[in-house]
Amino acid sequence: MKRFIGLLQKEFLHIFRDVRTIMILFGMPVVQILIFGYVIKNEVSEVDIAVLDYSRDETTIALKNKLEASGYFNILYELQSPKEIHEHFKEGKIKEVIVFPKGFSEKLTQGKSPSVQLILDATDPNYAQIVGQYTEAICLDFGLQESQIISQSSGISIQNRMFFNEKMESSYLFVPGTMAFILMLLSALMSSVSIAREKEFGSMEILLVSPLKPIQVVLGKVMPYVILAFANAVSVILVGNLVFGVPIEGSMLLLMLASVIFVFTALALGIMISTISNNQLTAMMMSMFVLMLPTMLLSGFIFPIENMPVFLQWLSTIIPARWYLDIIKIIMLKGGGMAFIWQQLLILIGMFVVFIGISVKNYKIRLE
Amino acid sequence: MTNDKIIIVKDMLKKFGDFVANDHLNFDVHRGEIFGFLGANGAGKTTAMKILTGLSKPSSGEITVAGYDVYKSGDTIKRNIGYMSQKFSLYEDLTIAENIRLFGGIYGLSRKEIKKRSAKILTQLGIEDMANKLVGSLPLGWKQKIAFSVAIVHDPAIVFLDEPTSGVDPITRRQFWDLIYDAAQRGITIFVTTHYMDEAEYCDRVAILVDGKMIALDSPQQMKKAYKKQNMNDVFVELARGKRFFEKAPNNK
Amino acid sequence: MSEIRIENISKNYGKVQAVKNVSFSVKSGELFGLIGPDGAGKSSLIRIITSLLLPDSGNIQLGEYDVVKDYKIIRRLIGYMPGKFSLYQDLTVKENLEFFATVFGSSIEENYDLIKDIYHQIEPFKNRRAGKLSGGMKQKLALSCALIHKPEFLILDEPTTGVDAVSRAEFWDMLDRLKSKGISILASTPYMDEAMRCDRIALMQKGEILGTNKPSEISKMIQHDMFGVRADDMYKLKQFLSKCIDVDAVNLFGQEIHISLKTGINETSIREKLALQGFSNLEFRQIEAEIEDVFIHLMTRQAKEVKNDQ
Repeated sequence: MKRFIGLLQKEFLHIFRDVRTIMILFGMPVVQILIFGYVIKNEVSEVDIAVLDYSRDETTIALKNKLEASGYFNILYELQSPKEIHEHFKEGKIKEVIVFPKGFSEKLTQGKSPSVQLILDATDPNYAQIVGQYTEAICLDFGLQESQIISQSSGISIQNRMFFNEKMESSYLFVPGTMAFILMLLSALMSSVSIAREKEFGSMEILLVSPLKPIQVVLGKVMPYVILAFANAVSVILVGNLVFGVPIEGSMLLLMLASVIFVFTALALGIMISTISNNQLTAMMMSMFVLMLPTMLLSGFIFPIENMPVFLQWLSTIIPARWYLDIIKIIMLKGGGMAFIWQQLLILIGMFVVFIGISVKNYKIRLE
Repeated sequence: MTNDKIIIVKDMLKKFGDFVANDHLNFDVHRGEIFGFLGANGAGKTTAMKILTGLSKPSSGEITVAGYDVYKSGDTIKRNIGYMSQKFSLYEDLTIAENIRLFGGIYGLSRKEIKKRSAKILTQLGIEDMANKLVGSLPLGWKQKIAFSVAIVHDPAIVFLDEPTSGVDPITRRQFWDLIYDAAQRGITIFVTTHYMDEAEYCDRVAILVDGKMIALDSPQQMKKAYKKQNMNDVFVELARGKRFFEKAPNNK
Repeated sequence: MSEIRIENISKNYGKVQAVKNVSFSVKSGELFGLIGPDGAGKSSLIRIITSLLLPDSGNIQLGEYDVVKDYKIIRRLIGYMPGKFSLYQDLTVKENLEFFATVFGSSIEENYDLIKDIYHQIEPFKNRRAGKLSGGMKQKLALSCALIHKPEFLILDEPTTGVDAVSRAEFWDMLDRLKSKGISILASTPYMDEAMRCDRIALMQKGEILGTNKPSEISKMIQHDMFGVRADDMYKLKQFLSKCIDVDAVNLFGQEIHISLKTGINETSIREKLALQGFSNLEFRQIEAEIEDVFIHLMTRQAKEVKNDQ
C-alpha cells in the first residue's frame, strides 16, 4: 500500500509540475464546451433571404412582416423576375427565395390553399432543410391565424411539440455530447500518454525491475485521472447549466455515478492503447483515431445514429460514448432514473471488464 | 595573415536564458588544419559548432567563417562548409547512391559531377557493389563513413564533424580517421568534436571546453609537455579537475 | 552466493542475431566489465540478465535464482541502471530518490549508509529537478536510486557514456567502494580504457563474446609481438606501414602507430626498411598490447571466421 501511495504521489507531481498539462486539463473542457455551445448551432437566426412576390397584396406583405419579425429571417431583396433568383444564389448572399403566386390573398379568402414555393441553396443540405422547416412553420402558422378556412378545409392540422427541448436548443445536445467527448479524451488520452511517456523515457524499465505489481502501476496511473476527470465532469455540467441553461432534470447523484463508470471505461480503453504503443506520439495518434474521431462522429454527438447506414449503426454500439451520451440525455433532459439507464450502464461496465482484461493480458512484465 | 585563418572567433557568447553555453570563447582555426574540440556532454561543443555552421546566432561576439560574417552571411557560409552530426547524417530510407545524389544536388553540383564523385566515394570506401543498398540497413560504422564522404562531396573549405565516432567500434573508428586525414591532405580544414582522448592526439591543435569556457588551446604535444603528462587523457583530467567550476549549491536547502 | 552465471544465451530480433551463444560468469563480489562498441549486443544481454527480456535459448542464474522462472525475486535482488537516463526529469533529486525507495519498500534513511558517499555529493542539489543536473550528477543520482534497496547485484548499462573524463574516473571509484561492500557488479561500457578499472572483462562484438579475462592478462591474448612506431610525419609513416608486406596489423593509437608483424618476419628487417625511408625522429619500440589492440585483433579474427564460414 505504501508503494502505491508513493506511486500516486509521483503521478500528481508529474501532473502539477507541467503547467501545460494543467492548462489543458482544466482549461480545455470549459473552452471546448463554450466553443461547441456557441459555434456549432443547429438553430437558425437572421438568415438572409429574398422574396419574389407576384401578388404584392396585404396578405403577402403581412406574411413578409411576420417572417422578418420572427427574428429568423432577414429579407434582403425583393426580386422582380425569376431570372434574378439564380444570380442571387450564385452571389451567395441569400440562402432562400420565397415565391408567392399571383392572387395569394384571394385564394386564401376563397378557401383555396395558395401554394408558396421555397427555393433553397442546398450547398449545405442540413442547413437548407432547417431553414425550409422554419419558413414552412411560420407560413403555416400565418395561414392558421389569417383564415380559419384553411384548417377547416384541409381537415388535418399538424401541431408539433418538442418534448424535452421545447425551444429546440442545440446546446441541449452539445453539452452532453461535449461531456462525453471531454471525459473520453481526458481519461483515455491522458492515461495512455502518461504510460507511453514512461516507456519513451526509459523509466518503465526501472518500474518493471522494481517489485511493483503491474496492477499497481496501472492503477497508479489511473487514479489521478479519475479524480481529474470527475472534477471536469462537474465543471462541464456547471457551465452547461449556468451558461447554456441545460437542465438537470434527474438525479445528480445518478449522473455522477454514471460519469464515474464511464470514466473508468475510458481509462481502461486508454490503458489498452498504451499497452500497444511505445511512445507518446503513437499513443496520441492512436487515441486520436481510435477514440476522438469515432466518439465525435459515431456517438450520436454530431450525427444522429438513426440516420447512419446500418453498418455504422452497428459500429456505433462499440463506442462507449454512445451509451454514455444516451444515459446523460436520459438523466439530464428527461429526468429518467435507474430504471431507464441500467442497460446502458451494464454495457459500459461490460466494456470496462473487456478492456481491462485485454490490458492485463497484454501488459508486459518484460520489454519486447 | 588573416588569410591563413579560416575561422576567427572573438569573444563569442551564447546564452539560453540564464544559462551560458559559450562563455566568451576566443580562438582561430588555420586553413588546412585538423582542429579538435574536446569536452564532456553539455560543455558547449555542439552549441559552438551550431554557431560556426550558421545554424544558430550567437548572443554576441565577432565570428568569421571562411571569410564571411556569421551574422550577415549565414547562408553563404552554409554553402562553403560541410557538416556531419552524430544524430542525423543520411536519409535511412534512401540508398547510398540516392543519398550522394541528393546532397550533391543540394550543394549545386552538376549531374555529371555528381556521377563522377559518387563513383569516387564508392571506390574509396570499397563499396561499389553496395550503392543500391538502403542506408538504414547498414551498420553504424558504415553509415558514419558514408556520411563523412557525403559531407565533403562538394569540396567545402571546412567540414564540421560533431562526435562522428561516438560508439563506433575501434577498427571503424580508425578507418574513419583515415578518411579525415585524407580529406585534410586535400586541403579541407577539419573541425571535429570528440570525447575519445586518443583521437585528440590525431588533431593538429585542440581546444578544451569545460562548462562553456575554453580552458586550454594548443597542440597535443605542447599540452603534454606543459602539463608533464604521458597522454591527452591525463592532460584533460588534470585540466578539468583543476578548473572545474563546481555547480553552485542553491541557498535554500 | 552472489554469482551471476550466464550460459549459452542467444537472442534474435527477426533475422538479426543480437546475442549469439554467450556464456560467462560474474563471481561473487566482482566488478565485471562488458566491453564493446554500440550495436555489439551489450544492452540486449543486460536486459536479459535483468529479466527485462526473455532469451531465445540458454539460461541465467543470479545466485540460486533463475532469471526467467524467478524473475519476481530477481527483480528485488538487483539494482539496475539503464543506458538512457531514466529517472523522472520533472521530479527533484530528493523526490526521485524517495520514490524509488518507497517503490522498493525501503526508505532513504534505512539504506543511507550504502549511498552516503554518492548521495553526499548531490545532496546540496536535492531540491533541483533531475532534468537540470549535469551529466555527472545525473549519473550519481541514478546510481543512488539503483542502490536504494540494497541490492545484491548491481547491473549498469553504459553508466559512463557521455560523461566527462573526471566524472568517469569518480564513477569507477564509487563502483570500487561498492564492490568492497560485497555487491557483485556488472557494468557495460564502450570505452576500452575503462577495462582497467574492472576485475575481469568480456569483450563483446556482433553479439559474440570475443574473450574473457583479467585486464592484466588481456595483452597475452595476442601471441605475437607488438611494436609502437612514431615519426614526425605520421601520415606518411602510416601509409608506408600499411603498404609494407611484412606488417600485419597497422593501427593508430594516439601519438603512436601500433603494428604487429607477419609470422616469420623479425624486428630487425622492418627496422631496416623504415630506416631506408628516412623518416625524421623515427622511434621504434616493443610494446605490450593494449586492450584496444586485443579488441581489434579479435575483431579481425572474428571477421575472418565469418568469411570462412561463408
